[in-house]
Amino acid sequence: MKVTRETVTGWLQAAPLTVVLLGFLLAPIITIVIVSFWQATEFSIIPAFSLENYQFLFGSPVTYKVFAATFRYAFITWAMTLAIGFTVAYFLAFHIRSQTVQIALFLLCTIPFWTSNIIRMISWIPFLGRNGIANQALMSWGVIDEPLEWLLYSDFSVILAFVHLYTLFMVVPIFNTMMRIDRNLIEAARDNGASGFQTLVHVIIPLTKPGIMIGTIFVLTLVMGDFITVRFMSGSQRANVGRLISNDIGLLQYPSAAATAVVLLCTVLIMIAILLRFVNIRKEL
Amino acid sequence: MEKRPRSFYVLSVVFALFVLFLYGPTITIGILSFQGPEGGLTFPMRGVSLNWFHELFQQQAVGDIWGAFRRSFALGLMVMVTTVVVSVMAGLAFRKRFPGSGLLFYATIASLVIPSILISLGVGLIFNQLGLKVHWATSGFGAQLTWTLPFGLLIMFAVFNRFDRSYEEAARDQGASAWQTIRFVVLPIIAPSLIGVALFGFTLSYDEFARTLLTAGSYNTLPLEIFGMTTNVTTPVVYALGTLTTAFSLLIIGAFLLLAWVMARRRARLGSDAGKGV
Repeated sequence: MKVTRETVTGWLQAAPLTVVLLGFLLAPIITIVIVSFWQATEFSIIPAFSLENYQFLFGSPVTYKVFAATFRYAFITWAMTLAIGFTVAYFLAFHIRSQTVQIALFLLCTIPFWTSNIIRMISWIPFLGRNGIANQALMSWGVIDEPLEWLLYSDFSVILAFVHLYTLFMVVPIFNTMMRIDRNLIEAARDNGASGFQTLVHVIIPLTKPGIMIGTIFVLTLVMGDFITVRFMSGSQRANVGRLISNDIGLLQYPSAAATAVVLLCTVLIMIAILLRFVNIRKEL
Repeated sequence: MEKRPRSFYVLSVVFALFVLFLYGPTITIGILSFQGPEGGLTFPMRGVSLNWFHELFQQQAVGDIWGAFRRSFALGLMVMVTTVVVSVMAGLAFRKRFPGSGLLFYATIASLVIPSILISLGVGLIFNQLGLKVHWATSGFGAQLTWTLPFGLLIMFAVFNRFDRSYEEAARDQGASAWQTIRFVVLPIIAPSLIGVALFGFTLSYDEFARTLLTAGSYNTLPLEIFGMTTNVTTPVVYALGTLTTAFSLLIIGAFLLLAWVMARRRARLGSDAGKGV
């Protein structure tokens, strides 16, 4: 390998990023992997190699239940964010003709992304609570006689919050790829007699696939690793893997938390590896 | 103008419902934070007052909100500046293919998609094992950078992919050094996009919860403080805090947009007359 002046400049320019990633991404992950093989008492962690944490993890039916719940949350949220995100992006990209309006409406969708997630979760309480707006409205319309209890602190509210928080991560990449589709292709489809629906299925969806994949990666990883939305929106009544980890942390059981974290990490990485087979991220930027 | 198909109207309604879904709850707590002193967490409104905002400034039992706000603000600024500088440098680096660039790119993407709680746990463990105290300005700062830098770098990729290299060539032909080219040609051209990077850096840090949870130490940042309040405060004071921080976020976004607008105008006014035959 020839080290040129240009290579050295490149390395120097990339050095700060590399240092941060080594110190705060790679080192933490290595530490988690090491600690996951350690033992713990109630008061301290003992650096002695053992498979105890993994044996416990894989031997416990709770683990499988919680992983199943995590996948269920991830799948349902993914399906809903994709349906909503695709529709919204499609509307903005193909139905809004003025670019100014397009940008304005797009910004309108992105602004909530910039405010606190926890505040956005709290803001569902007056809607979904026992005396909340939803129950009061349904009762005054005569749809129900008694307040629905499952609106808040249930799987329903958890998924609703996920969709509320993360749909944007679907809208942005899909909108971005849609904007780059050559409009002549759509006209060509129409000139050849394709209906709007046929154009959508045979032209737009295939060309939008990279955006869908990137959005999918975002939503899946965010939901899989989440612990706060599940805790908050389920009123601590539901669990996913993230909560399993944060509970162990709360009990200062770091090695056990680390083992769960390693399994979660592997799961997420395998999922991403599969998704990346469908799209070349670097080409899409 | 071409007649709108029926699907346009259907989709317009869908879009309007989506916007309502995004903003509705936040607006609701905005309204509810003006509850009278007797009011609770849901409608009906029992009078209208500034009582709960007033409570917020009293800060008796609810912890140190203003200290948390100051820390979050300072941390946000630190993260913002670092994100802009590091992203620009890395963005420049990625324009050439240097050995190891592929690896670094995938590490950056990994940083974006690895669950936040892993970073939080790992950084906490490292500091613990090294006998260091976790603190928002050290461990918290580093943990947040693993979230803001990938966003910054992705924006830089988008910027440099659309960058016209002939400007640089022209500068070089006129005898500018590499540094002069960057300082006087590249940076001014990409400056508006850097506002976007800065906005991401500041607001992602300001609202970050998961990566700061185990890395902030004994002094809470604002999101941690708010989370603490949600678990033990059952009055609209928590809505008042929500309304205030949301308003603050909107103010920040507005300020950045204004800055971008001013820069665009300045550019239009002081723009080059090259090629206009003056």
